[in-house]
Formats: sequence, structure tokens, C-alpha cells
Amino acid sequence: MTEEKKNWELLRMNREKRPKVQNWTSYWDLPYGPVSLPVKGSAGRTGDWRTFRPVVDNEKCIKCYFCYMYCPEGTISVNDETGFVEIDYNYCKGCGVCATNCPKECIDMEKENK
Amino acid sequence: MVKPKFMEGPLKGNFASAYAAMDADVDVITAYPITPQTTVVEKLSELVGEEEFTERQHVEYVRMESEHSVGAGLVGASYAGARTFTATAGQGLLYMTEMVHWMTGARLPPVVAIQTRGITGPGWNIWADYGDILSLRDSGIMIQFIASHQEIYDSILQGFNITEHPDVFLPLFPAYGGFVLSHTAKPVKRIPWEEAQKFVRPKTPEWPHVWVDGERPIMSNALIMPQNFYTEFRIKIHEAQMNAIPVIKDTMAEFEKTFGRGYGNGLVVPYKCDDAEVLLLGYGGNALQAEDAVDKAREQGYKAGALRLRTYRPFPKEDLLHYIKKIPYVAVMERALAFGSPTGGAVSTDIMAICQRDPKARNAHIVPFIGGLGGRDVFLDEQIDQIKILYELKEKGEVPDRKYKMWDTFWTGLITGDKKVEVENQEYFGDI
Amino acid sequence: MAKTKIKDIIANPESRREYFLPGNSTCQGCGLDMAFRWAMKALGQNTVMISPASCSNVVTGLWPKSAPDWPYFNMAFAGAAAAATGMKHGLVTKGKGDYNVLVWAGDGGTTDIGIQGLSGAAERNEDIIYVCYDNEAYQNTGNQRSSSTPHGGVTTTTPYGKERYKKNLPMIVAAHNVPYVATASVGDPMDLYDKFMKAKKIKGFRYIHILAPCPPGWRYPAEETIQQAKMIVDTGVFPLFEIEDGNLTLNGKSKRLHDKNKRKPLGEYFNKKNQGRFKMVDEKILEELQMDTDRWWKWIDRFLVIQDYEEK
Ligand SMILES: Cc1ncc(C[n+]2csc(CCOP(=O)(O)OP(=O)(O)O)c2C)c(N)n1
Ligand code: SF4
Ligand code: SF4
Ligand code: SF4
Ligand SMILES: [Mg+2]
Repeated sequence: MTEEKKNWELLRMNREKRPKVQNWTSYWDLPYGPVSLPVKGSAGRTGDWRTFRPVVDNEKCIKCYFCYMYCPEGTISVNDETGFVEIDYNYCKGCGVCATNCPKECIDMEKENK
Repeated sequence: MVKPKFMEGPLKGNFASAYAAMDADVDVITAYPITPQTTVVEKLSELVGEEEFTERQHVEYVRMESEHSVGAGLVGASYAGARTFTATAGQGLLYMTEMVHWMTGARLPPVVAIQTRGITGPGWNIWADYGDILSLRDSGIMIQFIASHQEIYDSILQGFNITEHPDVFLPLFPAYGGFVLSHTAKPVKRIPWEEAQKFVRPKTPEWPHVWVDGERPIMSNALIMPQNFYTEFRIKIHEAQMNAIPVIKDTMAEFEKTFGRGYGNGLVVPYKCDDAEVLLLGYGGNALQAEDAVDKAREQGYKAGALRLRTYRPFPKEDLLHYIKKIPYVAVMERALAFGSPTGGAVSTDIMAICQRDPKARNAHIVPFIGGLGGRDVFLDEQIDQIKILYELKEKGEVPDRKYKMWDTFWTGLITGDKKVEVENQEYFGDI
Repeated sequence: MAKTKIKDIIANPESRREYFLPGNSTCQGCGLDMAFRWAMKALGQNTVMISPASCSNVVTGLWPKSAPDWPYFNMAFAGAAAAATGMKHGLVTKGKGDYNVLVWAGDGGTTDIGIQGLSGAAERNEDIIYVCYDNEAYQNTGNQRSSSTPHGGVTTTTPYGKERYKKNLPMIVAAHNVPYVATASVGDPMDLYDKFMKAKKIKGFRYIHILAPCPPGWRYPAEETIQQAKMIVDTGVFPLFEIEDGNLTLNGKSKRLHDKNKRKPLGEYFNKKNQGRFKMVDEKILEELQMDTDRWWKWIDRFLVIQDYEEK
């Protein structure tokens, strides 16, 4: 009982202090109910799903950020220093939405060679 | 401070429910009317606007559009950490069923008062029959059978101390006979606000296992794969039921100490069991009437005792065995029919199971009786006859026959053609 | 209200934050994924979502991991609007009444099994935002028909094409006289964002119906999600509008589409080459679809005519 309470206390902490992953090993240390904690890659490294990899040609990019806007996954970010977009290949699923909507056609969908 | 309109006097069972919820300082009530529960929600509608309450309490009272939504609303409010209450019966409870399971699965602590009512199928029926609440026997809720008006009030007030106990976190459904208790008035004493607040569990900003906070976000009740602890979380619910046994006892003991009245140990209520040779075991109003039957039978020389099952889930195995071992001739009277079950009754089946697992109770004689379905009266004579049947069994070593015995179960009050039955033209048909 | 531009979003660290964390299990090119992303950028972390059984319940993660970086509660299929009702009242009693309380339901959870709870909450004018992300079928259970599936659409339970028409939920909700009803499309994320920004400042029941294409369910290649979402609007099949206190305004592209001639021909959208699910759409069905589209616009006209009349 007291053990369980300790575990709950950790889950109840804020983003910085709570455990990054929940690692329960037995019935006895489980909390009462299933509580999930937010984490990037909740479905694993979804970058592995890709057959095509979006590659941005910064030469042609006009920083319109349409790709950022339309990326369903939120894997495109903007570098504040350069103003160019960057893709998080750990999680980019390779759907091609960014490439289809780039007005300058400067995102290439290149075949992954796995 | 405004003087309360009612503190003690004759009160309808349903009004006792409403006052108890208010005195337990509930935060959110969601409600939808159904006979014989209606007067609970009507009374609550009044109370939430009465000065006595508005000057000290903030109750969010939501008139929902269905019982499924009532259940879902309780779940939502309870997730937020609020103390929640509602009441329903019969079809309403059936319609809420999906959400009742959600309450237990999510380990939420509402208290839901049930005015038991016959389940429809053969035809509408709005009168006492515990088939509604017993259909949720295996859902993980705690079930209590309430036998008197004062007990309705006291049980609901005690309810949150049990449901919100950190070892428990399960909803509690105190159930009492529709019309029999809900619509009749008997003396009831309210507990003054300050005293009630000293007894009722203090509120917390959130529950330990579920909370709403943007800084500490969680997702609740996500999909769990078979290999990943679903089994364990289900067993945790069973564990919570087991944990509730001492909590119910402690709560009752504390209540009795503070307010000078109680109902057995909270789990079972014995009557003249000390020297009894046979035992009438039942629940709800019928079990209270059994005490009269015991007195009458004793006048005729039968040493009977009565045992009222007050808490059905969790199942008070030890307490029942304690009496059954001493008094091994037991009539189990039920006001609900579990179709196709070993005895036709859920409680008698359970009792046979615990006896089987205890070497000292294995030879006890458990005799199932079912009657009073859909509000039919169970008469004192019929209960005395149950005692006589037990004595015949005790003397001859065999369960005697009766015309109303079928499949080894006695169907108390069965229409067998012996007596003329008059179907009257009733004035009141009730609201369905 | 001035329309937010993508540059404004980039300039604002608040709206740059991704609340729906990447690496979740939505399919490639999922419209629901986009809807989550843009709604949450507007709403922020002090938001509670109640989500009934649907793709959302699954793509948000298997226990013990989750993608939503805000409080998120899974709910029984028919119980979302009522649970959100309870949640709001519960939070009020707990001093957290300022949280945005949302229902996040699919079209099945909204137009079919959840419509009673939705209607109840709307009639009571509960202080919640009800979002229906419409992928036009029960996608989670493998693409079965819903009330929101368009006429002629093939699903696993309508293998010969759906006989009946798409239920007009936004208008049904509008008939409840709630303060805010809006339609949005993931094809116009800035419009969608603005609508959530506006909705969160309004008190009472707010309803936002988001068209969210689903590549596997609709059978088109994942990279076309935006084009599909835009085409539904451009053909006039799904008009973008807001109804604030009974006053309807057409938004985005739909502003110009009141004139029927400015709409793209329906055949471009309801076409098996465009989406695999339209393989049963023939001339006759196309005509009926045209009729149905006109009916949707008639509802809009009714609002506009009344407003016109009231102004005079
Ligand atoms: C009471 C009940 N009936 C049926 C189901 C099965 N079920 C789960 S999700 C779903 C379809 C959801 O469709 P929709 O609301 O459109 O959401 P989508 O999956 O398309 O995102 C169904 C039928 C259920 N979970 N509960
Ligand atoms: S391919 Fe898809 S997921 Fe990857 S960055 Fe482009 S839009 Fe985003
Ligand atoms: S859409 Fe194309 S041009 Fe615009 S920012 Fe992205 S890569 Fe650059
Ligand atoms: S089935 Fe459709 S709605 Fe569901 S996750 Fe996949 S793309 Fe999204
Ligand atoms: Mg759907």
C-alpha cells in the first residue's frame, strides 16, 4: 500500500520530475488505474515507417512555411537562426504531404535505402 | 444561518436520500427521473435552491437527458475530483450499465442510490425487485441492501467515507425497495451540518490516481494490450473489493460511536442469532420483516434467528460463515431471480460456494427461497413457513416438499391454483 | 477578425509548440492528426479532452504512453458529451473552471451513437466545445458506414455504395440555438486555428465540425490529404461557415462559392480516380449528389435570407 502511494507520487509530478517511462514489473507495484504519460514516439520510432524521405533544398526554399503548416505529424520545425525548416527524421512518417504542398517544389521525396 | 426546514420527523425514503447527499456535501449531481426514484431528483431540485444549502454549499446539479448520460456525467465530474451522487432504478440502471462499468474500471468513487424496481420484459413493472441492482453483481460496484428509512440516510452519509477511502476507490450503490421504502414516510433524523462534516471524509483537491492538470497531463483509460497488465488492473478492482470489507466495518463502527446508532457491523445484521437453531437469511425490507417472523415463530416454540445481509459486494464471507457454522439450517430468501443459475438466486449460490470451501460449513443446509418479485408482498406467514420447513429438514434430514418447490428451490407466494386470485381493477397504474 | 497567417504562428512561441506529440500511431497523411495539431495550438495545455471510442482513442497511444501533451480522457462511445458536461461542472467545483473542456469525437460518435448526448448538452448550453472530426465512416473499426458517409460512398458495410445521404450535423446543432457553430477543414489550417481561437473565448456550447480526410478509408494516396480536403470545399460539397448567435458567415474559399457557377464540378471529387471509395458513383448518383449539395446550400441560404430580412 505505502509502496503504491510512492509510485503514484512520482506519476503526479510535473513534466520535468515525473518518470520518462513507466516501468512496472509486478502486480504489487501497479497504481490503481492505467495512467498514461505523454511522450514523443508513443508508437515507437515512426520514422521507420518511411519508404520515401522528404529532403528540403534550402537553395530553392522561400520560407513560406506551408510545409510546416500542412505536416500532419508536426515533425517539421523552424530553425530560429536560419529561418529554414528542419525535419525530425526520427518521427517523420514520409507521407509526402509537405512535398505536395511546397509551392517551390523544393522538397524531394527520396527513396529510403534500407 | 438559516434554520433548516427539516431536521427530524417522518420522511419519505427518497427524501432521506436527497438530504443525505446534501449533508455529505456532494459537489456534482447528475440526474434523470424514473419511477420509483423520481422524488429523489425532485427533492434535490428543491434543495439545491434552498437557502439552508446555498449559503454554505456549492452543488452543481445537472438535469441530464438520459441515464447513460447521468453515468457518463458522474464519470466526468469524478475524474475532475468532484464528490458525486445520483439515484436511479430498474430500466434506468440498465441503461446506465456501460457507464457503471466505466466507474469501476476507472476506480471512481460516486455513490448511487437505487430504488429497486422490476425489470421489464414480461411487461412494465415499477415495484420492488432487486433484479436491477443484481444485474450489476459482477461489475465491481459495491452493493448494499438497505432496510429502513433512517438507514437510507445513514448509508449515503457513510458512503463517501467508503468509496473515497484510498484503499478502495470504487462506487457504492445502496439499494432499497422501490415504493416500500422510497414512497413511505417513517421517522428520520438528519445529522446537523457541523457534525456531519466532522464525520464525512475531508475533500481533497484531486484523487491520487487520476487528475486534471495542464502542467501534469495524463491520459486516462487508454487501450491496454492483453500482455500488458490488463489482467492486473482487473484484479486490482477485486483487491479493492476485498479492501473495502474492513473499511465498511470501520466506517460503521465510527458512525455508531459518533451518532449512537448503527446497522450490525455494516456487513451483516444479526437478530436473535445467539441461541437460534435455524436461520432466515435475507436482504432489504424482507429481511427486516423476518425479524418479526422470528419473534412470532419463537412464540410457537421455534428457535429461529434472522441474519440480514447488508453488504452484498464485497461479499462478507467470514461474517456469514461465522453464523452459518453455528446455525447450519439456513433459508436464503431472495427478491430477485437469476435465470438459469444453480438455485435461481445469486445470493444462495454465493452462500453455497463459501460453505463448500470451509470444512466446518460444508455440511450446512442452505435452502433457497425466491419471492416478492416485482413488488408482490411476502407475508409473515410465508416467512414463518420457511422456518417450519427448516425444522422439518432438521428433524427428518431431508428438505420437505411443497407445491411451490421446483428445481430444489421454494418459490414463495407462487400462484398454484389452490387459492382464488382476484385481479382487481387498480386505480393507480403508476408512471412507467 | 483578421485571419491568422502562418508567419504569425511561426513568430509566436506559444503556437509553435507541438501539443500532439510526433511519433504517434496515426496513419501517414491522417487528417485527424492535423486536426489535433492545429486545434491544440489554439487551445493550449489547460484543455481537457473527452474522447469517445474512435481512431482518436487508439492513435493517442497504448498504455502507458500517450501522444497528447494535455489532459486527455478516453470515454465510452456514447458518453462523451455527458462526460464533458460532468467534467466541466466538476472542474468548476474544484476551482478549475477556466479549463477548456472539449469533446473530441469522430463522425460515428457524433452523428450516430453520441447524438443524444450531444443534443442534450447543446440544449442545456453546457460550457464545452464539441468537436466532430469527420472522416466519413467508422474508421477505427475498419471503415464501416456512418450517418456522415456521403451518398454513393463504398465502405465495408456499404459495398455497393451508400444509399442515403450525409447527415447535416452542423445544421442540426445550429437548430439548438447554441452560441457558436462552425465547420472547418484541415485543408485550411489557419481558418481552423482561428475558429478554435474564437471558440475558446465564447461561453456556452460551441460546436466545430472538422472535415478530416482519411487516406486508407477513402482510398487515396497519403500525400493528397490537403488536396482532398480543399477539393471538398472547392466543389461546395462541404461549405465552411460560422454561425454566431444565429448569424451565419461563410468563410475561406466558401465565401465565393455561394454562386454555384464558381464551384468546381462535383465529378472531379466524386470520382473513382480521385478516391477509391467512389467506385460505385455513376451519372445517376452524381446527379443525386448534386441535389444533396444544393440542399446543404439551401440551409445556408435560409440563414442568409433571415439575416438579410432582419437587417432591413
Ligand atoms: C457502445 C459501442 N459500440 C460499438 C463500439 C465499437 N466502435 C469503436 S470505435 C467505432 C467507430 C468509431 O467511428 P467514428 O466515431 O467515426 O471515429 P473514427 O474511428 O472514424 O475516427 C465503433 C463502432 C464501441 N466501442 N462501443
Ligand atoms: S513527409 Fe509527412 S510527416 Fe514527414 S515531414 Fe513531410 S509532411 Fe511531415
Ligand atoms: S514549403 Fe517549401 S518553400 Fe515553403 S518553407 Fe517549406 S520547403 Fe520552404
Ligand atoms: S484510419 Fe484514417 S482517421 Fe484513422 S488514423 Fe488512419 S488516417 Fe487517421
Ligand atoms: Mg469516423
